[in-house]
Amino acid sequence: MKITIVGAGQVGGTLAEHLAGEANDITVVDINGNRLQELQDRLDIRTVLGMGCHPDVLLRAGMEDADMIVAVTSSDEINMLACQVAYSLFRTPTKIARVRAQSYANPRFRDKLFTAEHIPVDVLITPEQVVTDYIRRLVEQPGSLQVLDFANGIMQLVAVRAYNGGPLVGKQLRSLKEHLPKVDTRVAAIFRHDRSIVPKGDTVIEAGDEVFFIAARDNIRTVLGELRQQELPYRRLIIAGGGNVGFRLAQALEHDYNVKIIEFTRARCEFLAEHLDRTTVLNGSATDQDLLREENIDKTDLFLALTNDDEVNIMASLLAKRLGCRKVLTLIQNPVYADLMQAGEIDIAVSPQQATASLLLTHVRKSGAVNVHSLRRGAAEALEIIVHGDAKSSKVVGRKIEDIVSPPGATLAALERNGKVVIAHRDTVIENGDHVIVFVVDKRRVKDIERLFQVGFSFF
Amino acid sequence: MHPAVVSRILGLFLMLFSITLLVPIVVSVAYTEDTAEAFFLAFAITFSLGMLMWLPFSRINAELRTRDGFIITVLFWLALGLTGTLPLLLVDSLALSFSDALFESVSGITTTGGTVISGLDDLPRSILYYRQQLHFLGGIGIVVIAVAIMPMLGIGGMQLYRTEMVGPSKETKMTPRIAETAKALFLIYVMLNAACTLAYWAAGMTFFDALTHSFSTVATGGFANYDTSIGQFDNNLIYAICIIFMVLSSISFGLHYYTWIRGTVFHYWRNPEAKAFLLILLGCSVVVCGYLFFARVYGMEQSVVHGIFQLVSITTTTGFATANFSAWPSFLPFFLLVMSFFGGCVGSTTGGVKMGRMLIMYKQVMREIARLVHPSGVFSMKVRNWAVPTRVTDAVWAFFGVYLAVYYLIVLLLLAAGMDFVTAWSATAASLNNLGPGLGDVAAHFGDLNAFSKWVLVVAMILGRLEIFTVLVLFSPMFWRR
Repeated sequence: MKITIVGAGQVGGTLAEHLAGEANDITVVDINGNRLQELQDRLDIRTVLGMGCHPDVLLRAGMEDADMIVAVTSSDEINMLACQVAYSLFRTPTKIARVRAQSYANPRFRDKLFTAEHIPVDVLITPEQVVTDYIRRLVEQPGSLQVLDFANGIMQLVAVRAYNGGPLVGKQLRSLKEHLPKVDTRVAAIFRHDRSIVPKGDTVIEAGDEVFFIAARDNIRTVLGELRQQELPYRRLIIAGGGNVGFRLAQALEHDYNVKIIEFTRARCEFLAEHLDRTTVLNGSATDQDLLREENIDKTDLFLALTNDDEVNIMASLLAKRLGCRKVLTLIQNPVYADLMQAGEIDIAVSPQQATASLLLTHVRKSGAVNVHSLRRGAAEALEIIVHGDAKSSKVVGRKIEDIVSPPGATLAALERNGKVVIAHRDTVIENGDHVIVFVVDKRRVKDIERLFQVGFSFF
Repeated sequence: MHPAVVSRILGLFLMLFSITLLVPIVVSVAYTEDTAEAFFLAFAITFSLGMLMWLPFSRINAELRTRDGFIITVLFWLALGLTGTLPLLLVDSLALSFSDALFESVSGITTTGGTVISGLDDLPRSILYYRQQLHFLGGIGIVVIAVAIMPMLGIGGMQLYRTEMVGPSKETKMTPRIAETAKALFLIYVMLNAACTLAYWAAGMTFFDALTHSFSTVATGGFANYDTSIGQFDNNLIYAICIIFMVLSSISFGLHYYTWIRGTVFHYWRNPEAKAFLLILLGCSVVVCGYLFFARVYGMEQSVVHGIFQLVSITTTTGFATANFSAWPSFLPFFLLVMSFFGGCVGSTTGGVKMGRMLIMYKQVMREIARLVHPSGVFSMKVRNWAVPTRVTDAVWAFFGVYLAVYYLIVLLLLAAGMDFVTAWSATAASLNNLGPGLGDVAAHFGDLNAFSKWVLVVAMILGRLEIFTVLVLFSPMFWRR
């Protein structure tokens, strides 16, 4: 697939990295030569220096035969214009633009505005919103490390660290059924010391394991309780950093939680105070011990460090934890830091690029995947694939799970059939139209999975 | 300052006003009364006075400045108050002194509604009509001035309209041009009057009573054609109509305009000021009715009727009476008079400090408390989703401070004139808030006061109506410096 990425910032760079590893032809366009040089040194891509919305620059970037343009510069307008130029001059089939301003994304205008005859953008992505949603799900499911929605949110894949005290810890997986006779769930993968273990009936869960399980949304809390002591829901939150993510998150949570937000710049504080209804806006530094004490950090359930500075986030989180905060969640951009901090003092590390890249991957994949989630910093992936075909044309339709020859490291974890959650067991038969959630421990196996679900020619 | 332009405009105003004096002549002829001559004389004097001020400068057409706006506004009320006395002085049967006539005229034009005349039932109809017409004209003046002059003062006037206008499809201002806005408000005002007249008429008043009482209801004035005020009719339906129109007239006319162009009513509830006003009315009616009932002043039905009516009448600074509330247990008269400080909403015909400003002050107090709890906190003062600029809160507090200072100054002057405390306190509240009836010696009418007190109260009424600052501006040396 030939893909042009306009904008080599954090999102563009991460995306290029993800996609270049999958045998795609990537061209990155940016006005910053140094940034391009740095990417080119690291990745097998082509780079073009110039303004991403200028027709001649796009021509040089090979837009004439590109399959997709992904415009992710920091300017909404440049992104939209790049898509417009790509469509008008080169008839590019798929156009994705990063649009941050909430006004454009407002459903009242969006549907009329972003059509082929007006502003031809197929997919609008707002990284801040994606990250906000990602964190919001974590706040709503206390104890989880990562929560992913599938099948429009009726089913969730949850990552959790097993702790001593969880009823299931130290027991075999098959005893899950005895513990929770009414709840249907499936453990999709277990990571122990950063290495994956294929979950089988006799696998024993140990304390410290990172367990991925899938269940209907309403059952998530029950299952979480099996792997660790039941967590009380969060009530009091302190958000450090009132940038786009902090602001959006406060906006989303302020009506259900007691939210305080700490922001360093005075002017931004005033903006926040004006636009948030119930949130208490505090002007100061997130690493100010006195301020944190003053605001009862020791009675706070969750401290969220969401500034755009990794070091500040980490230090503030460590400080909050030391001062007695129950849980800390830290936004970490640098993958090295993320590996370093997770499972230490910091309870939940969130990588913003990860969340955004997952969303983009969904549109890049050709396998009919409606949802792709990148996990464990890109090493693993969870896909939601729609099954087509019949017993003749497809390798999966009409077969039991145990009869399907799936590539090593891949687990068919669950299905969505007519709006209902069906947890996959050995004798579950796959039908045409099912949404199958596949967990792939090793990303290099994604190709095999795509091949498995492809429809043979007889289908047409 | 352009004295010539000011004189021209004022002359124009006076000529317009003089034309309205022709209506009482029609009333006089229709009821075959002997007052037509006096009204015609008053018309002639006022008209020639206006002509005299207008004619020499009719060709001068200089641009008006903000400062001229203040002068014109103040002079407009003064001139109307003064010339308004003419018919009252010229009708021999009234036998009013100049102070009395001035009090009556200013009370009418500022929609206060306190009267010096007793024995209203026997007055000629044309005089009764004329008093009510003063209310009607005063009401227009207030509504138009609220649009044209008050925004210049920046004391939390029209900005509050904007809080309702949220979302992309709504206008930030009612209409782009101030003249258009004034026209729209005038239209709303006239329609409210028409609706009120029809409702009264249908409920059993004579057409004359219906028309005149609708004038004083919608202008939230309070003049009635009877000594027993609206209690004369002793009709619960009329009371109910009166309550409804008093409340409607106390809500920002901008909101009514919105109803008119959009055909919805939900925005009343979304407007923080109107919502606070309605909630306070609701909460306080429970207090008043409950107190009346449990203090055994009235039975259940009477408690509810008189309680709600008196509360609405006094909070909206109308001043109609169905019962002699000054004789109620003393908690209630004082409670009700304090309510008159709240008044209605900004941009309506009511007096008092106004609900919008009270709301802003309340929010300010809550913000100070929040600041004490969170020393590092940054709090924005929001009325709905409009962040109130500091400029406005400053002006509102200054206004409130001056309002209280003027209030006590006037109480002191009245005490110096030999009035007892309750009378002085209530008479000041009744005048400064443009309410009407007070307690003690002024519970029924102001006729028994000495001339000095009447003049002081006349000043209080004008200060209250012009929201003090408009007048104070004229007394600042800075204003007159070139």
